[in-house]
Amino acid sequence: MHELAITQSMLDLALEQARKAQAKQVTQINLVIGEMSGVVCDSVEFYFNILSQDTIAHRASLSFQQIPIQLRCRRCGTVFSPSEPPWACPSCRQWDAEVVTGRELYIDSIEVE
Amino acid sequence: MEIKVVRNILSANEQIAAKNRKLWDEHGVLAVNLMSSPGAGKTSLILQTIRRLRSIMRVAVIEGDIASTLDADKINKEGVRVVQVNTGGSCHLDANMLSLAIDSLPLADIDLLIIENVGNLICPAQFDLGEHKRAMIISCPEGDDKPYKYPLMFTTADVVLVNKIDLLEVLDFNIVALEVAVKGINPQAPIFPLSCKSGEGIEAWVLWLLAERENCKEFYDSL
Repeated sequence: MHELAITQSMLDLALEQARKAQAKQVTQINLVIGEMSGVVCDSVEFYFNILSQDTIAHRASLSFQQIPIQLRCRRCGTVFSPSEPPWACPSCRQWDAEVVTGRELYIDSIEVE
Repeated sequence: MEIKVVRNILSANEQIAAKNRKLWDEHGVLAVNLMSSPGAGKTSLILQTIRRLRSIMRVAVIEGDIASTLDADKINKEGVRVVQVNTGGSCHLDANMLSLAIDSLPLADIDLLIIENVGNLICPAQFDLGEHKRAMIISCPEGDDKPYKYPLMFTTADVVLVNKIDLLEVLDFNIVALEVAVKGINPQAPIFPLSCKSGEGIEAWVLWLLAERENCKEFYDSL
C-alpha cells in the first residue's frame, strides 16, 4: 500500500531531475529496491502508469534492480543471506548480525531525451 | 541521455522530517513514534503511559488512523492534548502529515509527544517523521517469529515492547525466542515485556521514557 506514496515521490524526483536537464521526455527510470523496503515492484508499475499521465515521464519504462537482504555476522564477519528463521550465521551458528544490503530505496539514474 | 541521480526516493519526506525534528528540538520536545500491528495495544499503552506520567511531564499525543476519531476520543478523556490525523486510506504517517499536525500544538508547553502511527508493521518503518525515538509494540498473539518477517521495523526500533504477557499461559508464544530474534538483528534496543491490561511491566517502559527525556533535556540545556 505504501507503494502509492513511494511511486509519487519517485515520480516527483525523476521529474525534478529531468527538468533540471531541460529534458523533453523521460524514457526510463532505473530504480534500486532492497528486499527489506517491502516495496512490490508490480504495484509501483501500476501506480506509475496512473500517476505519470500528463507528465513527461508518461510511458517511461521502469527498471528495477532488486537487492536481497544480506547480513554480516558480528561475531565472525561472515556475510550471508538469511533464509528460514532463526537466522543463524552459517559459519559460527551465532545469531548476531547487522544488515549489509536490503534497505535500498533509491533512483540510480534516469534516461531522458 | 542518462542522468545519474542516486537519491533516496523518500528524500522529500526526509527533508520535511528534518524540519519537524528541528522544531521539536527548538522547543525541547521529546518525540516518540509508536508503531505496531493493528490491535497490538498502541492506544492502551498511551493511556497507561499518560496516567503514570502526567503529574510530572506535559504529554501530548498525535493520533494517526486511516479513519475515525475513536482513539483520539479515548485520549481526550485523559485530559491531555491530542491531535487526530486521518490518513484517508494511507497505511502510514509521513513527515508532511506530521508537520500539519504540529502546527496545531503548543510545542512550548509539551515535554513528551507520543505519535501513534497507523497499525502496520511494514509501511510506517519506511517513513521518517523526524522523531527522536522509535518505539514498537509486538503483542504475544502475533507470534514470536515476527522479527524475521518484518526485519525493517525490528531493526530500526529503539525500544521493543512485548504486550499482552497476561496471555502467555494460553498462547504458544515463546518470549525467549522473540528476545533472541530481536537481539540478533538489533542488540541495542531494550525489550520490555508488559501488559497494558494488568499494568505489569509498564514501569520499565515509563522509566525508559523518563531517562530519554532526561538525556534529551541535557542535550537542549547544553545548546
